[in-house]
Amino acid sequence: MKTHITFQNKLIVKKIGAPRKKIPHDIKKKTMLALTGGEAAAMAMKQVNPDVAAVYPITPQTPIMAAFSNYWADGAVNTEMIHVESEHSAMSACVGASAAGARVMTATASVGLALMFEILPVASGTRLPIVMNIANRALSAPINIHCDYSDTMATRDQGWIQIYSENAQEVYENTLLAVKLAESINLPAMVCQDGFLTSHSIENIIVYPDDIIRKFLGTRKPYRPLLDVKNPVTYGPLQLQNYYFETKKQVEDAMNKAKKEYLIVGKSLKKITGTDYEYFESYFLEDAEYAIITMSSTAGTTKVVVDKLRAQGKKVGLLKIKLYRPFVYEEYGKALIHLKGIAVLDRSLTIGAECPIYTDIKSTLFNMYVNAKKKFEIPKLQSYTYGLGGRDIFESDIESVFEELEKGKLSNEKKYIGLR
Amino acid sequence: MNSELKSHKKMEPGGLTEPASSLKNKTGSWRSMRPKWDAKKCVHCMFCAVYCPDNCILAKKGKRTETDLNYCKGCGICANVCPVNAIKMVKEHEGGKK
Repeated sequence: MKTHITFQNKLIVKKIGAPRKKIPHDIKKKTMLALTGGEAAAMAMKQVNPDVAAVYPITPQTPIMAAFSNYWADGAVNTEMIHVESEHSAMSACVGASAAGARVMTATASVGLALMFEILPVASGTRLPIVMNIANRALSAPINIHCDYSDTMATRDQGWIQIYSENAQEVYENTLLAVKLAESINLPAMVCQDGFLTSHSIENIIVYPDDIIRKFLGTRKPYRPLLDVKNPVTYGPLQLQNYYFETKKQVEDAMNKAKKEYLIVGKSLKKITGTDYEYFESYFLEDAEYAIITMSSTAGTTKVVVDKLRAQGKKVGLLKIKLYRPFVYEEYGKALIHLKGIAVLDRSLTIGAECPIYTDIKSTLFNMYVNAKKKFEIPKLQSYTYGLGGRDIFESDIESVFEELEKGKLSNEKKYIGLR
Repeated sequence: MNSELKSHKKMEPGGLTEPASSLKNKTGSWRSMRPKWDAKKCVHCMFCAVYCPDNCILAKKGKRTETDLNYCKGCGICANVCPVNAIKMVKEHEGGKK
């Protein structure tokens, strides 16, 4: 499907639904496969070939580990699979294996992530680069298996890098990037995709050869691993008033370092894939007056609406969040400061306070305003919550968000999309 | 603040410390009861050494030695497993003399 759009007075023929930019590489080196988001994550895991993987099923993560188990059963990987009895054990097994010096991966979703919660800061506090694929799903109760970000948003302060993926291709590439990024700064990383919307939807994805990916990743060089018995070390000590504070500050420093490291790792991955790995994707944002900020698959829907409204001559744009933790305040500020109105679409609810992405964007703009030498017109903000428990969001919903922005219907009150 | 404590920039990451550092942390001060060992009754069966959860009873040349009170928490397991009643638990403040 093709559509004609004008952008900066140039006629652009754009393929709707084509997620990728041109790829300048030898076609012999890559394969196009029809994979779901879950299978794309498993494909990346196969190419990573982790030393240890802890496995426990939960909808909608199950296809990731199921597909990976197939590779394992076929002998495509020589991973040590640990079949555990709960997510708490899965993450505990990952912590032990990673401390021993192994390259470790796992996957989970929703209440599974909630059950892991106790061990999440153990992984980050002990500085173990575990990489975990997440198929985002709502938290109970009421019980619900569909997509929202309540699960990962609840864990966003625990020292885990969080990267959100719009489609299966991004899941594949982000997983590879996350492994290298995590190991470069010794922090764990989550690669998130939308449960069912991405994890169970088949798309064409481009996969690069195993040997090229494995050369890119190299092997993990662990810092003082437990299995290095000639140089013994104590892991997981008791640190009370004397040292706990300092160790946590180190985690924060490492997380700040991840900002720079993300771009460095992204540049070396770009040599293989030809994709730019930026903190966020700007879609028609540079000359826009009104913009939507959101993440994952909803960004894809928003792109269609932006294309449509741009064809009508409306100056609208999209900012799609990719790297959510660490949060790059300055870069967001520079990208947003010229706008008249911004709608922040959160697919999670912070009950009793403002939504997570909205809060971060608000801080960004506040920082810009407070630190600016010349005072300027600050973009107006509106918080929207949508799609809890996997409720559909339609093009018409996003169009009406843009309409409200243009009409200046903005307030500090939370607004809801699709709520009865 | 204690000036000997390291800053976060000079510490090992992830709270890593040198091995066997728990030996520096003498935990025997928690004890309210202490084991009193009668060397004359002892038959050196080493039940107490095997059962001690804190590795406080060591053997030298097949003979049991004094309990290491630096780490003994007074749990009383040694007294309980002793087949010849060579170990008695006494109140810490009463049995203070070794």
